[in-house]
Amino acid sequence: MDLSFSPQEEAFRQEVCDFVAEAKPKLPKNLGAPEQARLSKDDYLVWHRLLYKKGWVAPAWPKELGGADWSVTQRYIFSTEIAKAGMPTTLPFGLGMVGPVIYTFGSEAQKAKFLPRILSGDDWWCQGYSEPGAGSDLASLRCRAARDGDHYVVNGQKTWTTLAQYADWIFCLVRTDPGAKPQEGISFLLIDMKSPGITVKPIVILDGAQEVNEVFFDNVKVPVENLVGEENKGWTYAKFLLAHERSGLAAPSRSRAALTRLKNIAKTEQLDGEPLIRDPDFAHKLAALEADLMALEFTELRILSQEAKGEKVGSESSILKVAGSEIQQRVADLAMEAVGYYALPDDLSLGDNEAAGPDYARGLAGRYFNLRKASIYGGSNEIQRNIIAKAVLGL
Amino acid sequence: MDFSFSEEQALLRNSLSRYLADRYSYEAWRKCTHTREGRDPAHWRQFAEMGLFAAPLPEAYGGLGGGAIESMVVMEEFGRSLVVEPFVPTVVIGGGLLAKAGGALADEMLPKIAAGETVMAFAFAEAQGRYNLADLTVTAKKEGNDYVLNGQKSVVLGAPWADRLIVTARTGGTRREAGGVSVFLVEKAAKGVSVRDYAAMSGLRASEIIFENTPGRLIGEDGAALPLLNAVVDRAIAAHLAEANGAIAVLMNATTEYAKTRKQFGRPIGDFQVLQHRMVDMFIAQQQAQSASLMANLKLDAADGSRAVSAAKAAAGKYARAVGEGAVQIHGGIGMTDELNVGHYFKRLVLLETLYGSPDHHLRRMAMLDQ
Repeated sequence: MDLSFSPQEEAFRQEVCDFVAEAKPKLPKNLGAPEQARLSKDDYLVWHRLLYKKGWVAPAWPKELGGADWSVTQRYIFSTEIAKAGMPTTLPFGLGMVGPVIYTFGSEAQKAKFLPRILSGDDWWCQGYSEPGAGSDLASLRCRAARDGDHYVVNGQKTWTTLAQYADWIFCLVRTDPGAKPQEGISFLLIDMKSPGITVKPIVILDGAQEVNEVFFDNVKVPVENLVGEENKGWTYAKFLLAHERSGLAAPSRSRAALTRLKNIAKTEQLDGEPLIRDPDFAHKLAALEADLMALEFTELRILSQEAKGEKVGSESSILKVAGSEIQQRVADLAMEAVGYYALPDDLSLGDNEAAGPDYARGLAGRYFNLRKASIYGGSNEIQRNIIAKAVLGL
Repeated sequence: MDFSFSEEQALLRNSLSRYLADRYSYEAWRKCTHTREGRDPAHWRQFAEMGLFAAPLPEAYGGLGGGAIESMVVMEEFGRSLVVEPFVPTVVIGGGLLAKAGGALADEMLPKIAAGETVMAFAFAEAQGRYNLADLTVTAKKEGNDYVLNGQKSVVLGAPWADRLIVTARTGGTRREAGGVSVFLVEKAAKGVSVRDYAAMSGLRASEIIFENTPGRLIGEDGAALPLLNAVVDRAIAAHLAEANGAIAVLMNATTEYAKTRKQFGRPIGDFQVLQHRMVDMFIAQQQAQSASLMANLKLDAADGSRAVSAAKAAAGKYARAVGEGAVQIHGGIGMTDELNVGHYFKRLVLLETLYGSPDHHLRRMAMLDQ
């Protein structure tokens, strides 16, 4: 039993800290304030390209493909330090999702065409999974791709497509065999967002942001070389990707950083002339939340130490997703509570970076409402519970 | 970073779990805890031979030089079998206090503890003091080389089985003051010790104890014991967290197995999603409780060790309750019976939740340590 990191790992941590400390002052201010900021496409790309230049943009990718090829422990250290510094995560759709699918299941031509542009940030990817009739029951999706010579013709609709308004490409689950069982007639297609017949319509969500969209396909022609792997095997690739997605969502290090900021707010806010953090009720809630978070941090470390030894980790990512998202939501809830009346102003009605009251209060209510999504996306927490019940408890 | 056990720790676990499987079945536990004595001292001797007591103690005193992880291994196995033997009061509290204090008393007592030649109980709680270790009305006054103790201690777990008591008392200061707290070793057979014995949750025994001019030997420094007590009680909490995890593992396993076999409406009740999700929440609580125990045990010597222990104790109490209540609920009527083991494991968890401070107490301690 040993809780300490090796000297090499500590040196790596220092390298990450130094890198961030040097980069941060030169970056847009938005990037260092994850609760308050609404990040623009440029904000994301500035950060992405900085990491790309350093060779750190794809921590898990193999070296020969341009990744950092870090150990799981290095990846953990990196994401923890990035969170601590208030820097955003890179968007997962290219780097964490379609990239690994392409280099695991894709053709050589696909690898050569897409992977370098994912790394460099030249292509912005979005995820075409959910449909109006296919949410938790993803396999019931109906977006149709019919083979026509050297093309597929795609018709249908995707929804909840995150930041599709910026996207150059979308990876889609489409139905190629309507006669087969739901899971067996699905294929994995890469579609150019500039293709004629694609329409993107924004969906405004609870915090007022345009974070997600509807994407409509009207006789969109997609070359067959954009099929990943085999036709009708898309469900296998989709599941591969979902397992990746879950492990990255709701990282405890993000909640830790948010909790640290919340504590600072509670030291400034007052109740009956005393700092809010001294109020026994508030202090109690804060401590209870942190105690759960501390246990979760160790749950993550336990999973990490298994992975580091090369043991296979499967359903554990579901535990992290469920417990992690619930804690994420509680932190956001308590932060909103901490600022009292200044939770009420709609920050979208004010100018950029403008706040009705204290700066730290900006966006906190929006954050609370926004994060209700955390128990819905990536496989809702109820679906995760179904997975754990079956895969772990054998029910 | 590595969370695997050493070979010695794995051996310790294996030999103990084999012994308990053979000799400490639930049926045997039931029989034994229903006798007048309430325990079978033969187990204590066996544990001593297996090196359980020596494992976490310093080598200088006849121990094997282990520490919290060894205690964690032992207590997790104890928890699995609902063992009543007072390992924590004797080895973690008694052994821990004496080893930290050193001196002639440590030289005399620690080899006895390592060899299993003494059984101790920890008399720290008082009726008015709730979970505050410094809220003491028992007093000790120096008379010659020794001290004499006066006052009453509450719910001293394992006291009916003990030959020696570790007693906290005030040698100075006012009630609840940090200064003036001292700790003593008292022979249970000494003069002026009167006891009222009774049974406690999950097969344990306990006593109310009154001291009237009872002689005691000082452990450590006069009036300066509180930091020592806090440190040793932190270790006891960490060990009990492991015990709770042993009990939780049994309840989880019993509950999922029962849900797979018990049929209602023509199918196993584990088919029902509402029960599946409750069991998943129990499972997540179990995982989180294991993490909390690891955190507490691994951070004992860290600068923020006490804070980590309190966080773990508070969180784990909640997790354990979720598993215990869920286990009884999913077992239904049979879970309510005294005969089935489930209720007794649940009771052990409730006892451990209170011992050394409720979750609320530890959340307050966390907040206090931040200020």
